[in-house]
Amino acid sequence: MAPIISIKDLTKTYASGTPALDAVNLDIEEGEIIALLGPNGAGKTTLIGAICGMVKITSGTVSVGGCDVERDPRKARAQIGLVPQEIALDIFETVWNSVKMTRGLFGYKPDDAYLEGILRSLSLWDKKDSKNMELSGGMKRRVMIAKALSHEPKVLFLDEPTAGVDVALRRDMWEVVRKLRDAGVTIILTTHYIEEAEEMADRIGVINSGKILLVEDTSTLMQSFGLKTLKLSLTEPLSDTPSTLSNYDLTLSDDKMTLTYSYDTRAERTGITRMISDLAAAGISVRDLESHQSSLEDVFLTLVEEKA
Amino acid sequence: MNWLAIKSIYTSEMKRFFRTLSQSILSPVLSTVLYFVVFGAAIGGRIQEVGGISYGAFIVPGLVMLTVLQQALSNASFGIYFPKFTGTIFELFTAPISFVEILIGYVGAAASKAMIIAFVILATATFFVDLHIIHPFWALGFLVLTAVSFSLLGFIIGIWASNFEQLQIIPLLVVTPLVFLGGAFYTADMLPGFWEVLVKFNPVLYLISGFRWSFFEVSDVPVGVSLAAISIFLVLCISAVAWIFKTGWRLKQ
Repeated sequence: MAPIISIKDLTKTYASGTPALDAVNLDIEEGEIIALLGPNGAGKTTLIGAICGMVKITSGTVSVGGCDVERDPRKARAQIGLVPQEIALDIFETVWNSVKMTRGLFGYKPDDAYLEGILRSLSLWDKKDSKNMELSGGMKRRVMIAKALSHEPKVLFLDEPTAGVDVALRRDMWEVVRKLRDAGVTIILTTHYIEEAEEMADRIGVINSGKILLVEDTSTLMQSFGLKTLKLSLTEPLSDTPSTLSNYDLTLSDDKMTLTYSYDTRAERTGITRMISDLAAAGISVRDLESHQSSLEDVFLTLVEEKA
Repeated sequence: MNWLAIKSIYTSEMKRFFRTLSQSILSPVLSTVLYFVVFGAAIGGRIQEVGGISYGAFIVPGLVMLTVLQQALSNASFGIYFPKFTGTIFELFTAPISFVEILIGYVGAAASKAMIIAFVILATATFFVDLHIIHPFWALGFLVLTAVSFSLLGFIIGIWASNFEQLQIIPLLVVTPLVFLGGAFYTADMLPGFWEVLVKFNPVLYLISGFRWSFFEVSDVPVGVSLAAISIFLVLCISAVAWIFKTGWRLKQ
């Protein structure tokens, strides 16, 4: 099946000469959630701007649902809903009128039943007659999502959807995104919260300095770059690591009661079995074991450093 | 043409107009009433007729034009600047609409508001002076052309402005003086020689003159010249807007 978004050699250089995107290639499949992960200034928002028509493309092509965003902008844009990073609402307008206005802008006839469905799914129906200025920050963000969905888009862009929101609201927002994916909407979210990408995305694209460094399934990415550590709590303090164990990457804690073994999940053999039997042979008894998977944050930093 | 988008923009703008009705209509009406009281009754009573017309009636076309210019400018400039200020302008760029459709929506709404206020002021004027419009269709034509032209100019100012101060500066420092020196309260030949020549370079003179001619068949310049002047101004504004849309000046990065 053809990708719903296809980006070929996309380059953007601002009038000031600042390069923001450097020959970006990316295909996004219909129905997936893809997270674009990168530090501030990596080019995430510029990439979204180029796809959605807010940023003039320097070179390369972008197509949405088979329609080129520059040659056939109307058809391309009609398929896209965008929730920008900053909350941008007419504060004097009501929730209902705001959503209705956006639907009209996209050339859709009024459909009160459809809009009611969206507002209900976002728990906004009770607030439909409230002015935007009367809403809490979380509700305003929901209104932004409702507006972006008002014209039945196939693709939804969420630019830093949980930037600056509290933990409860963030979880709430993730639930909303999952529901949208279940409804068949393709979702592209940008974030610099690694936990968010790990929690939400089917695939993760890592972007830095305007370049896509890697696009991979989230689980594969975790597996292929994940370092694990195994902490061994000892029954008795150890004066020093025995020389028979020098082949293993073992670190003894300051209190001499814990050995930490680091291993790479990418390796064919982790060496855990042999290491534990060697420990037993050396007369070291273990009271408890605890393993720890490195987070995507570590993965991300490793990747950025490797490609730098 | 995405008519539904145009309707959305137009409706949204008109809603704001009616939401702030006291500010939208009462304020210009009150100003005009004061002009009538001061210039029409207090001072006008001591001024001879101008071109065979009572001074109170003579200033009506000028006052209407003054209001139309100011309202068209401020409504259009604020209309497009407000979404820039709140950030909601991103919706216009991401929606499947052309700049021409955006323009029709905003300029159409601004011109409509200016026209509504013009009619309210004309109705108000009838309480103070005996008014008869000799060429109503010409009057309507001048009114529409002026409202649309200055809405276009306001639209350009709204796109150019990057803060509220800039939004006010051109209407205050350029347009208001042009209106007062454009023959709203006098004819050009009432001025001393140098000023009489100078005001001929003022485009607003041609608008007021043409509009006044449609009321009383009295004008500073031939009506054809007035029509040509407003048409040239309209073409200039359209050209500037077309250039802005083509280049994305102050709109796109």
